[in-house]
Amino acid sequence: MSVITPETVTACYHCGNDCEEERYTIDYKQFCCHGCKEVYTILSKSGLNNYYCYNDRPGANRAKKDLQLDYLLEPSIIKDLVEYSDDDVTIVTFYIPHIHCSSCIWLLEQLNRLNPAIYYNRVDFLRKQVNIRFSNKDIDLKGVVELLDTIGYEPLISLQDVIKKQAFSRKDDLVRKIAVAGFCFGNVMLLSFPEYLGFSEHDTSFKYFFGWLNLVFTLPVTFYSGWGYMQAAYTTLKNKVLTIDFPLALGIAVLFIRSWIEIATNTGAGFVDTLCGLIFFLLIGKFVQRKTYYHLSFERDYRSFFPVAVQVIEENSERHVPLADLQVGQRIRVRHQEIIPADAILLKGDAKVDFSFVTGESVPVNKTLGEVIYAGGRQMGGAIELEVVKPVSQSYLTRLWNNEAFSRSQDDRIETFSQKVSKYFTVVLLIVAVGSFAYWAPTDMHRAIASLTAVLIIACPCALALSTPFTMSAALGIFDRNLFYLKNAAVVEQIAAIDTLVFDKTGTISIAGGSNVELVGELSVEEKDAVSAVCANSSHPLSQLICQHLGSASRDTHVTVYNEISGRGIAAKANGISIKLGSAKFVLAADSNAVADNGSLVHVIINSKYRGYFTIRHQYREGMFEMRKLREQYQLYLLSGDHNHERGNLSSVFGDENAMHFEQSPQDKLNFIEGLQQKGQKVMMLGDGLNDAGALKQADAGVAVTDNVNNFSPGSDAILDGRSLNKLPAFLKFSKDALHVIYGSFCISFLYNLIGLSFAVTGRLSPVIAAILMPVSTVTIISFTSIATHLAAKKRKLL
Amino acid sequence: MSIIYFLIGCSVLLALVFLGAFFWAQKNGQHDDMYTPSVRILLDEQPLDETEK
Repeated sequence: MSVITPETVTACYHCGNDCEEERYTIDYKQFCCHGCKEVYTILSKSGLNNYYCYNDRPGANRAKKDLQLDYLLEPSIIKDLVEYSDDDVTIVTFYIPHIHCSSCIWLLEQLNRLNPAIYYNRVDFLRKQVNIRFSNKDIDLKGVVELLDTIGYEPLISLQDVIKKQAFSRKDDLVRKIAVAGFCFGNVMLLSFPEYLGFSEHDTSFKYFFGWLNLVFTLPVTFYSGWGYMQAAYTTLKNKVLTIDFPLALGIAVLFIRSWIEIATNTGAGFVDTLCGLIFFLLIGKFVQRKTYYHLSFERDYRSFFPVAVQVIEENSERHVPLADLQVGQRIRVRHQEIIPADAILLKGDAKVDFSFVTGESVPVNKTLGEVIYAGGRQMGGAIELEVVKPVSQSYLTRLWNNEAFSRSQDDRIETFSQKVSKYFTVVLLIVAVGSFAYWAPTDMHRAIASLTAVLIIACPCALALSTPFTMSAALGIFDRNLFYLKNAAVVEQIAAIDTLVFDKTGTISIAGGSNVELVGELSVEEKDAVSAVCANSSHPLSQLICQHLGSASRDTHVTVYNEISGRGIAAKANGISIKLGSAKFVLAADSNAVADNGSLVHVIINSKYRGYFTIRHQYREGMFEMRKLREQYQLYLLSGDHNHERGNLSSVFGDENAMHFEQSPQDKLNFIEGLQQKGQKVMMLGDGLNDAGALKQADAGVAVTDNVNNFSPGSDAILDGRSLNKLPAFLKFSKDALHVIYGSFCISFLYNLIGLSFAVTGRLSPVIAAILMPVSTVTIISFTSIATHLAAKKRKLL
Repeated sequence: MSIIYFLIGCSVLLALVFLGAFFWAQKNGQHDDMYTPSVRILLDEQPLDETEK
């Protein structure tokens, strides 16, 4: 049936992987595995072949899947997952990491053709979510998840669905406030034109009409859209701090009162359009500042990493229990690839636990019966049974989350530049205002009041309040393009302020699990067997890697003598072959000229004869070794949960020995950062796993490095795609540039204020001048910040 | 010239209707997902042809 010659490697019609071994062919189409073929069959049976029309090979590889979904039948778990449920209908939103193209949208919105029990489904592409409404009677939650899984869209289920939470928190009425302010601003501008252009004598009745209409528009603008500034100013005054909100609120209040008095007493035109424009632009600035990459989650804790439910073994039954309800003393079963949810004692089974989540060490560790296994490890063998010894919230790993680093508010960590300036600004503003009042008061009381209010109006720091958000959001956009996603605009300033960089190793600067072992020298098959058997006895990560590389020894290899000296090597005898393995110091004579190499070396002596060495190279991320240039300006530290077998390799980047710290527990990392901060250093932490979560939170800027930004990454200030790690120096420089742009825009803003003040202190500020000056300064600031930021990005080659 | 009172009244009323429409759209979540609809519109609803196959 196949028309393709066996020599050509074809790409799977479903997922695009190479079809290697067996051919799965149907309808003249090639599939790499049975899973992919199954999905195709299901889709074509239901007439959903359009899936393949919109994109080439849109599917996910389905080669290995072993889903345990029984927990989705447990009512207490269902309750937490669904959004709404009654007797007929359930609504649920799933996060599906695989959503990546238009085909995905199309297929996921056609679910009812696969199962009519599903009424409605809508995809949110950017958030990679699908919202599903289904009939309770005909299908259950487990069925829905299974259906999604059969077509290759396995949802990632977590009880802490942060994406949902973020969506809720965004639902304030900022957009509505902007709409109201913009609406009024537009109308007021139109109605103010006749006033500025002048009325003829017999049109004065229009003047009243327009004036009063304008005043009506000030009401919603001041008391709805701008009310937040009044409240903010009130709270800052109560707390006896001066922020930029105070002069803003003062300006708004003066504009409002003076406009009402002038128009009501028919003494002037008021400053209604300045008032509306001011609030409108301020809210726009707030909106821009708020712009975040909401499809990424920056606030994750251990609950997103741990399983949703745990299988608890009771006397004669097994049931699924939500993670939070897990109690000390319960017996639990953990299957292959599942994560151990709480500190527990191993009771039964062959435990081979991958602790890369916790320590960064990626080689699985064997555990013996009766040993305590810490939470966060991933079981790599068959099912094991454990007895819980500590509640989830107090286990070794999750204790971190009780640290104060997690409870403190993230946003007031550093005083931003504009906060610092606005203090002085407010003081100077008040002095100028009172001064001009005092100057005119003895001679001309009317003029004195006019100049006092005019100063407060014209100096209202609109441009000042806008320059930071607009610069930062332009910077945010540029970072985003370079796969560096920041939580919010304030993080740019945090990054600009740092002087110390702390790196985690595995997963951050090296690729997790990516190490290659190479044997330099020749070994016979028996010798290899013997070496492998010896290494199998050792839990040292290098031994484990060598063991993996050589393959497991044949059964009749017996290790007769075994002596391991930790940190140095192994002397052993297997099948009559005496073997010495380890560091150059241990294996060779102390002063031998050990071959200089970048990787870690394990030398081998067999029967007293030097036979060569194993090189073990970790795969570092691209550009990692360029980081050494950063040493000129920053202090670099390495914090690794790993053993120190890469020390030599990394010293070219981190320099002296004190900068590298190995075998650090998550708590150690947090403490280390805290120690640096107490010395007054501003620390940026780059880490990847759950084990870095505490340090990431504690650091002044926590950056989660990840290969796939849509996977779960620990809560942090920023998420960096691993491919862009080499751009880190440019990022750091650029964040400083952004700060310079802010300084520049502040200068411009002050210039405008000076021009305006020169009108104001003399008491000659007319509404027209105010109405022109305010928007012009705003537009200048916004265009200056975006142009300057883009130029800076070009200079740093980020654009 | 007093027609201006009427005209301005009309224009403000009309503008209020648009503002109301915007509020309604906002409340209905029409601005929640600004991206997916732009893709969705490109997906043709092709007639089911599996019966002929």
